[in-house]
Formats: sequence, C-alpha cells, structure tokens
Amino acid sequence: MGYRIDNAQMNDILARLAEDYRIFAPAWDRQKKNVRFCHVTMVEQIVLDRQTDFSTKEIYYPISQVMMRFSTDHIEDEELTDDRGILIFARACDINALGRLDRIFYDNGNPDYYYARLREKVKLALIECTEGFENCFCVSLGTNKAENYAMAVRFEEGSVLVKADDEDLAVYFSGEEEPFEPEFVQENRKRLTVPDINKENLRTIGKSEYWQQFDERCIGCGGCNTVCPTCSCFDTTDILMGEDSLEGERRRIWSSCMIPTFTETAGGTRFRKSQGENMRFKVFHKFYDFKARFGEAHMCVGCGRCDMRCPKDISFFDTVNDLNKEIPEQNND
Amino acid sequence: MTDRQKAEAMINIMKPEPHRVLKIVRQTRAEYTFRVEWPGVTRDGQFFMLSLPREGEAPISISGRGPGYVEFTIRKVGRLTEGVFGLEEGGLLYMRGPYGSHWPVEKLENENLIVVTSGTGLAPVRTSLMHFIEHPEARREVYLIAGFKDRHSTLFDEDREMFSQHFHTVYPLSREKEKLPGYETGRVTSFLKDIPDEVVSTANYIITGAPAVIASVTEEFLGRGAAPEKIWVSFERRMQCAVGKCGHCKMNGVYVCLEGPVFNFTQAREMFD
Ligand SMILES: Cc1cc2nc3c(=O)[nH]c(=O)nc-3n(C[C@H](O)[C@H](O)[C@H](O)COP(=O)(O)OP(=O)(O)OC[C@H]3O[C@@H](n4cnc5c(N)ncnc54)[C@H](O)[C@@H]3O)c2cc1C
Ligand code: SF4
Ligand code: SF4
Ligand code: FES
Repeated sequence: MGYRIDNAQMNDILARLAEDYRIFAPAWDRQKKNVRFCHVTMVEQIVLDRQTDFSTKEIYYPISQVMMRFSTDHIEDEELTDDRGILIFARACDINALGRLDRIFYDNGNPDYYYARLREKVKLALIECTEGFENCFCVSLGTNKAENYAMAVRFEEGSVLVKADDEDLAVYFSGEEEPFEPEFVQENRKRLTVPDINKENLRTIGKSEYWQQFDERCIGCGGCNTVCPTCSCFDTTDILMGEDSLEGERRRIWSSCMIPTFTETAGGTRFRKSQGENMRFKVFHKFYDFKARFGEAHMCVGCGRCDMRCPKDISFFDTVNDLNKEIPEQNND
Repeated sequence: MTDRQKAEAMINIMKPEPHRVLKIVRQTRAEYTFRVEWPGVTRDGQFFMLSLPREGEAPISISGRGPGYVEFTIRKVGRLTEGVFGLEEGGLLYMRGPYGSHWPVEKLENENLIVVTSGTGLAPVRTSLMHFIEHPEARREVYLIAGFKDRHSTLFDEDREMFSQHFHTVYPLSREKEKLPGYETGRVTSFLKDIPDEVVSTANYIITGAPAVIASVTEEFLGRGAAPEKIWVSFERRMQCAVGKCGHCKMNGVYVCLEGPVFNFTQAREMFD
C-alpha cells in the first residue's frame, strides 16, 4: 500500500511531522558548499541529483559532542534538549551504514550511552535510489538494498510516492492510494572485487610493498574518514571555558585513523608510522577485521564519498580493487 | 538492541566517579604512587581510566591493592598525569574501571615463574609478585629481572628488597657505568642467560616493557625452549575510551582495551599494528 502525495500536501505533512520529529534530508548547507543532511521543511529543499558530501552519521553521532560538564569539582552529564524523534530521509547505503555503526557502539563492549540516546530516536525514510552516482559501488557489497526502514519515498516531478509501514508514521499519511514498493539500483559504474584477505595471508598482505605508494601520496588529512558513514573513531578532550575557569566540558570529537598522530602516545611513540601503514589499517578494517569480528558484512558500504573527498585524488575504490593483484590466486582444487 | 543492551545503554560507561586520594608516595622525581579509596574487586594487570575535570583522562594500571583501596604508580608525562601530580592527600581523583584482561595468576601458581620488566612496566606486575610473597605455599622458583634507566629512576625500592629475599632477582640499570650495591649495569636482555635451562623450559612468563624489548626477550626464551602458551605480555596503546569505541587502541582486529592489555603470546604473536 502507498500514496501519491503532491509536493504542497507533502510539505503540510512535513510541517505536522516536525512537531514530533526533527527532519533531516540531503540539502545544501548554509554556505552552499556541501550537500549534507540538513533540517528540511519542504520537499523542494531536498537535493537528489548528487551523492551527499557528508553522510547521515553527523545526526546521531555528532562531529563534536559534549559528554559532561564540569563545575568546580563536579561532573554532570550533558542533557539532551530536544525531546522529538529524528526522521532521516536516506539512501540504502546510509541505512546500511547505520547498522555498521550500531555494531561498534552497541556490540563492541558495552553499549554507548551517548550514541544510544540519539540513535534510538531515529526513524529512517528510505529514498528510492535506482541510478547511483559516479563513485558508488554499493551493488558489489549488497548495500544497494535495505529493508529496515520505517517508510520509503520516491521523489517524482511535483509529487512523491510514499509507503509508510511504521505505525507511528502511517497516521500522518492519507490521500490518493497508489501501490508503491521501492526499487534498488542494480548496477553501478564501478564494480568492486572484494579482495580475499584472510587469517593466513593477513600478515603477508599487511607487510606488502603495495602500501608504500601512499607514504608520499596521502597527506593524512583524514577527510576520507570524516565523510565515511561507517568510520566511528573519536578523541576525547577537556575544554575550559576560560584560562583560569573552573567551568569546562569533556567532549568527544571525530578522529581519523589516517591522521599521522592517531596512534601517538605521550613521548611521541607512534605504533603506525607511515601513511602506507595507515592506509593498510583502514583497508583491513573496512574489508577484513570488521566482518571477522561481527560476522554479517564488511564495514564499507560503497557510498564512494571518500573518493569524492580526497584532495590528492586517491581512490579508495581503486586501492581496494588493485589489492586483488597482490593476492596470489588460491588453489581451487 | 536487545532489551539487556537497552538497560545497559542507560548507564553512562564514560562517566567517572570521584574517589579520595588516601596516600601519595614519591618513587622518583617523575613517578609517584597514589593510593586511592576504592571498594571493588580488581584483577592483576587491569587498569582504570583516571581523570580530573578539565585535564582529560588516561589509562593507568593497578600497581597495588589492599582493603578498600587500589594504588596507581604514575609517570608524569603530559596533561592528565601532570594534573594528578598536583593532587594532595585527601583530594579527589576521578575513576572508571577496572578494565581489561589480567595476568592469569591461578595458572602461574605451583610452577616456576620468570618475570621480566623494564621501567614503569614493573607497576602492572607488582600485585602478582605480592601474591607470591603472601602465598609462599603456591610458589616455586620465581625469577625477577626488573630493569631501570639509572639510580634515579628505580621504583618500589622497599618491595624490591623484599622480593630479593624470596625470589631470584636482578635489577639492571641501563645507563649507569659503575655497579651500585643491589644493582647490575646493563640491559635486562643481558641477564636472561643466567636463568638455568631447566627453569626456562618449564616456567611461566610475564613480560612487560617497550614492544622491542618484549620482542627480543620472548625471542630469546623461545629459542631456549620456552613454551609460547606459557608466556604472557602486556601491550600499551593509545587509549581515549577504554570501552571499545574510540578506535585508538585497535591493532588490526584486536581492541587492546577490551581483549588486552594482557595477552597470551600465542595471540600476541599474530598481532601487528
Ligand atoms: C593499559 C595501560 C596501562 C598503563 N599504565 C600506566 C601506569 O601504570 N603508569 C603510567 O605512568 N603510565 C601508564 N600508562 C601510560 C599512560 O596512559 C600515559 O602515560 C598517559 O596516557 C599520558 O597521559 P597525559 O594526559 O599525561 O599525556 P598527554 O601526552 O597529554 O596525552 C593525552 C592523551 O593521549 C592518550 N595517551 C597518551 N599516551 C598514552 C599511552 N602511553 N598510553 C595510552 N594512552 C596514551 C591518553 O588518552 C592521554 O590522556 C598505561 C597505558 C596503558 C594503555
Ligand atoms: S570507506 Fe569510502 S566508500 Fe566505504 S563506506 Fe566509507 S566513505 Fe563510503
Ligand atoms: S582524504 Fe586522501 S589524502 Fe586525506 S587521508 Fe584520506 S586518502 Fe589521505
Ligand atoms: S581505547 Fe577506545 S577503543 Fe580501545
């Protein structure tokens, strides 16, 4: 079951939804520099003709998040100020990526309080995506499809097709009925062969000269981690309100395994010393360790954002695909 | 999330609680031991995240324990550790933990034990050594090689005198040219050969220190017939959360904060950064 709803009507529905939900969808940010997941109030704001520069993760896992506030010798939890739920219009890749973050924040050790309290508010509205974009390789990873969404939409000229399975959301929709079942992109321009990294060849591949090409090429800016919907690392840091102030806060701020100091300890020891080693670490996480640890799937969802972002035109897609040449063919008999 | 996880997610695992500093003992100019009120159970080799509001957090091993308290032996190296050095007895230290894996003390009982540490690496081993002082009936031969840089950087002087009465001990100082009473000159690696072969081939091992030292010490013992599954090492990695979230301590597939810091060598030898 579904509905066809014209844009004006949809905007009214969004207005009503906004009383109970903060609504996010791909849109130009204020500086008109990036397309990212912004608060939207109207269908016309939603940008669909390009992959978003940033992923949905900044909504439920903010770039910089206050964890605690200090006053003299007291530590207090930072309270959430908005009671509303969170409704996100997102493509299948980002919906799958949310599942990847769940593994880290819920299942790796005990569940994370700060993540859970935002994440549990999230309802997902699948944006039907049948074309993909230049850098996508979701089909190779099975992340072109998603099932765990609360509603689905197809944006057409002047109207939208909506299917709202979720009870809480269904009540907002009514009107002209039209069957709608979302379709998924079946082929990308890029096709990834996932390299067969395994327990036996891990060390050999890890120590391969292949990675050295990144020692010079990669400048360690961490941009690729920032835009990645599945990267979850952070630093914690205490910030003072003034130089002699007793007031302050403990924040956590996104960090990147690609920045040179990621493994640095007091005194300057670095456990991974080169950008080649950092790249190997990232590739292994996205295409080996994560799946080895949590089972179901590789970490990377093939959204292509890291390739869009890199100032040095390093393609993560090519890096992973070319790695296949470094892995000797398995004996298949 | 499962229901159990939902209940757990209501607990803020990143939030530290204040505990009172009971006693501060100066070990060296840059290393002090802090005794802190703490009522719970800890295992040897585990660590806490210590913090002070406004100064950040850092992982520090348990170096001692007693009724109602734990001890930390801390080297002053940066923001948090400097802040902690500013505390006085009666002051408040913020803590969360204990975290991580531990030395398998039960497995070490009634067999020979070889312990090799360098510098602050003696701190996380101290509670296990105390165990064998307090339980002579569970002890066979214990060899302790604890190296330090020089005469100004030695730790746990009183304890080490006691260890010398019950264990075979060597305390090498790597940067001293002349031999001082109670100490040798040189590196820990120079004294491994003095341990008899029949002990080496049967003993359990605890090895701590910089990665390169751990590597060369284990290599030598393995070459002399030590069993890999009887060797235990402790890894130090940068940590920002200690609860498997921040990613800093990850060595390929292993989170040192969750699966470590104590590893059996059969696992440790598979790991690389
Ligand atoms: C499991 C474990 C046990 C440890 N036990 C002890 C101990 O018993 N005594 C002791 O003196 N030191 C110990 N350390 C090292 C200690 O954690 C660092 O010296 C400390 O983090 C430095 O913090 P800082 O804020 O003073 O320094 P800064 O240089 O200001 O460091 C900033 C932050 O980076 C991280 N960091 C820096 N160095 C390290 C490091 N070596 N290990 C982990 N995180 C680091 C911390 O989160 C730290 O707060 C241990 C480290 C680990 C991982
Ligand atoms: S690694 Fe790149 S392609 Fe894969 S999920 Fe992250 S940003 Fe997308
Ligand atoms: S965006 Fe490019 S240059 Fe920057 S860290 Fe990633 S791979 Fe390196
Ligand atoms: S210290 Fe944060 S994941 Fe281990």
